[in-house]
Order: sequence, then C-alpha cells, then structure tokens
Amino acid sequence: MSFYEELKKYNNFNFKLFFDQVTDASIKKVISKNRLTEEDYLTLLSPKAEKYLEDMAQKAHRLTIQHFGRVIFLYTPMYLANYCVNQCVYCGFKVHNNLERKKLTPAEVECEAKIIAGTGLKHILILTGESRLKSPVSYIKECVEILKKHFTSISIEIYPLEENEYAELVSAGVDGITIYQEVYNEEDYAELHPAGPKRNYRFRLEAPERACRAGMRTVNVGALLGLTQWRTEAFFTGLHADYLQKTFPDVEVSISPPRMRPQLGGFSPRVEVSDKNLVQYILAFRLFMPRGGITISTRERAELRNRLVRLGVTKMSAGSCTAVGGRSNPESACQFEISDERSVREIAEMLYAQGYQPIYKDWQTI
Amino acid sequence: MYDILKIGGQEITSRLFLGTGKFSPNSLIPEVVRSSGAQVVTVALRRIDPEYDEENIASFIPKECIMMPNTSGARNAGEAVRIARLARAAGCGNWVKIEVITDNRYLLPDNYETIKATEILSAEGFVVLPYISPDLIVAKKLVEAGAAAVMPLGAPIGSNRGLKTKELIRILIEEIPLPIIVDAGIGRPSEAAEAMEMGAAAVLVNTAIATAGNPVAMARAFGLAVQAGRAAYLAGLAETQELARASSPLTGFLRD
Repeated sequence: MSFYEELKKYNNFNFKLFFDQVTDASIKKVISKNRLTEEDYLTLLSPKAEKYLEDMAQKAHRLTIQHFGRVIFLYTPMYLANYCVNQCVYCGFKVHNNLERKKLTPAEVECEAKIIAGTGLKHILILTGESRLKSPVSYIKECVEILKKHFTSISIEIYPLEENEYAELVSAGVDGITIYQEVYNEEDYAELHPAGPKRNYRFRLEAPERACRAGMRTVNVGALLGLTQWRTEAFFTGLHADYLQKTFPDVEVSISPPRMRPQLGGFSPRVEVSDKNLVQYILAFRLFMPRGGITISTRERAELRNRLVRLGVTKMSAGSCTAVGGRSNPESACQFEISDERSVREIAEMLYAQGYQPIYKDWQTI
Repeated sequence: MYDILKIGGQEITSRLFLGTGKFSPNSLIPEVVRSSGAQVVTVALRRIDPEYDEENIASFIPKECIMMPNTSGARNAGEAVRIARLARAAGCGNWVKIEVITDNRYLLPDNYETIKATEILSAEGFVVLPYISPDLIVAKKLVEAGAAAVMPLGAPIGSNRGLKTKELIRILIEEIPLPIIVDAGIGRPSEAAEAMEMGAAAVLVNTAIATAGNPVAMARAFGLAVQAGRAAYLAGLAETQELARASSPLTGFLRD
C-alpha cells in the first residue's frame, strides 16, 4: 500500500479532540517508552507536551548520541537552475516572479564544484526548479558526471520523477533524494499550488517511494512549516518517514523541518512556527524514530542552529547559497534568504567547541 | 603466560578490538587506542577521506595498529565486495570486517549476503571477519567460505545492552573452530569480561567507549576487563554448584 493510501486513515481524524484529551500522565508515559506508536508521536506534538520539552530533550539527546555518536554530517546545496513552471504561491522561484532565470553551463558547474570542494565537503545536494524543458533528466545527469569528480555523494532535490528516471540517475551516480511534500493536508496543498505539474499531490507524495524502489540510498522528506497547522504537518512528515523506513528498511530515512523564510515575491508565513515549536517537533520526532536523520538547513539562524546540535539534529548544511551560480557570482537571485552565513570552517569550529565531530564524508560511490 | 591470538597470519596480543565511529573529536582516537591497548582497529571505508588529511579518520589510527576496514553501508554482498576492494586499493591492507545491513531500524546484519561476500573476498586473499547474528549453521558456512574469524553480535549495534545472545554465542564458541569475536552490544567492561570468561577470542567495542563520559578512561577499563576475563578463562573457572555443600554432611557417619 502506498503512503497516499496509508494517510487516508487520518482523513476524518479529529486532531483537536485528540489534543484535548492528552493528559500529563499520558505524556509522561510516552516519554518513558522505548518504542512509540503513531498516537504516542502525536501526543508529544500536542500543545500540552510543551511543558515537557526538557524531559523530551534529555531523552532525545541520549538517543541521538547512542545511535549516531557526537557527530554532525555536513553537506551543502548547489542550485543548478531556477527555471520553473509552477505557481507555488509561497516560492521565490515561481513562474510569474520576475527574476533572472539561469541554468549553469557545464563549465559553471565545474567552477562552483571546485569552490565547494575546496571547503572539504564531500556531500552535495543539487537543486533545480521544475522545468522538464530547461532542466531535463539528461541535464541533471550531465551535471552529475562533472560533480562525481569532486564529491563522493550526490543527492538531488528536483521535481518528482518516474521510477525509471530515478533509476537512470542512480546509475549515473546519484545516491540520495530530498523531496518536500511542502503541505501534507491535501486541501491546503491544492490551494497553495494553483497550477503547474506540482498540483499533482499524489505524484509528489509517492515520489520518495519511487526513488527508493529505484535504488536510492537516502531519502529526506519534509513539510514547509508556516503554510498550515504545523502540528499535523509534523505528524504526517513523521508518518511518512516511518512508512518509508518500514517499507524500505535498507534506505536511510531522514526528515527536514524547514521553516518559511522571507523570499522573492514577499509571501509571509500564514502560521507562526516559533523556535519552541520547532524544538518540540525535532524532539518528538527523535523519540518516535530514534535512528531517523534530522536535517537543519541554513534557513535557521546561527545561534539557534548551535543549540539544536544537542537536541537530535544529525545533519547540517554549511557554507550555503540559494542562488544559481551564487558562489562564483554573488549578484545572483536567491530562492530564499539564508540566516546562517558561516563558512564550512566556522561551522566545524562551532561543532568542535560543543564536543561534536563534523563529518565531511559518510559515503562514496562504489 | 604466552597467550597469542592468531588471525590471518598476524599475532595479536590485545583481545580488545576497537571501533572508531562516534568519537568526538577524532583526535581523541590515538589516545583511546593507547589507553585501551588495542591493536586491531576498525574503520568504515565510507568515512575514509584520503583527500582531506585533517579530517580523515584513517589518519588518526596509530601506524602500529592493524587497520580493519569495515563495509558499513553495504546493502548486499556485491556492495560489500566493492567496498572491500576499494579499501584495499586505498592502502588499508587486506583485512576486512564484512558488515551487510539491510535493516536500518535495528541495524541487524544480513547473514545470507554476508556468507556470499565472505566466499568471494576470501577467495581474493582478504582476511575476512564477518559480522553476523549468532547462528550455528551460518557460522559453519562461514568456516567453509574461508572466514578468518566469526563476529557474532551480543545485542544490536550501539544498544549497550550486553550479551543478550549469550547462549547462541556459547554454542558458536563450543562448535566453531575459528576465533569467535563478540561484536556489538557490549555496554560495560563487566560484559566484555563475561564474554572473555566464556571463551570468546576477543571483543570489539565502539559505542560504549566513544560515548562514555571519559572515553580514554573507559578504554582503559575495557582493556583491563578483557585481560581479566581472558585470564579467568585460561585459569579455568571453578564449577558452579546448584546446592550449597554442607560442612557437616548428613551421611558422614557412613565413613569409617
């Protein structure tokens, strides 16, 4: 059964009633359990569980060190192209936004790759907007061929593909996929994605499954926080990760909890997601999936990222740039503003100062 | 007493093998190796980065150690074989710990794929130490496949839960003519000593040392525990009795 089918069981679920019925005793009981159910996870995401953040944090910290050690995996994003045919109302790169559209040439990919590789990073995440015309799979493959010379692990964050296309990229050397559903609530999704291929909710939701079947080693899912009720979106993201781990036990599954940032086009978040909310989400997920990865990007500001290191996060981007070719040309337009502009070296120093080991390489193409 | 463990033609005096994941910082590793006395050190090829010496985990392993690359990340025999070959080509020697894991929740090894990889790699001249869920039949097949030792888990990796599989490991020690090295799950020095008292040839410890409050001091504690357990095994443990033996026997009057 696909995750789309699985999610249906929550179609008529009364989240408000569930949260109302959560008690202090039920929260304490969940925190002391070894293996959490879906309902337990939801209990930890309840407004009432905010009172127990310290207890959750202590356990999350312990579990993370037990399963991962005092280490943080580092990676950086590289934007290949910003052509996009979608109209996601919240995105800086949507089709009607007036910005310089650009796609890196092979020489430019090489140039950016050299700059990034010079920082010691071995894992890279490549991104494009959704344009099968301007950034077809063949273009991605061409870029991967160049990037393979500089990096030992290449992940993609691009438009959803068919299974055979994912397989093509796997054989070209891609080993990981990040794809955010953005919004798990299907009605809100339809409203926020009024046109373009991204309107197809199910095709996007099932993309991670197709990618795993095609042989990807790592898969990262997430909801964009700030578009609708975050507690339920966090819940569905966790269920998605859990579904993928159960269905594809040999794949490394992780989540990202990205919060909306100011961006081109000026869309403001509809729902406030505070630092406290973000921490509650991270802790609840860690207790629900002790071995699941948690990725924090430079959307979050430096001082908050420093503190999240000890709360369950396993992977961080560093030395990021959200513009196409932005490392060699700082004038390029960004998809969103980043909040942590520290270099890879500075992030590594911050980790060392906290007693953590930065990991630059955790896989190589074999 | 002269007590040497021989594996792959090498003579090993320390029966504590050390895993190197989870240390922070990596620069702690040489000191941990020294205080533990370990000679065999395992490192994941996936983490070795010859191009970045400053952060390359392999550069922190003392030169006198035997480096045993592991195939962490392999999901089938084919991947394990490719990783082992890459490790050898990268100058990591010809020892390899086979780790094939297809379950990311408990990180339990895939015994079937492990046997296949062992067959291929030992035929290629590797000294193969396969990591398995303890199972007598699998261990026998590994002997046939040319393994140099067998490494059964005590409990899931990183769980620090101790010798949960003790009875199965005991059977392997009794039946398998290769060194049995307990790998994974050992959380305390006392558990390492217990494995050694049972007759394990060695133990491999990582998480319990790397995530201890003071990893260097804990490494020493494990080193001592392994020595104590081994010494106890060699000394021959006194038999345990079901009942207390009365100092005034009831049938004593029958003796003249």
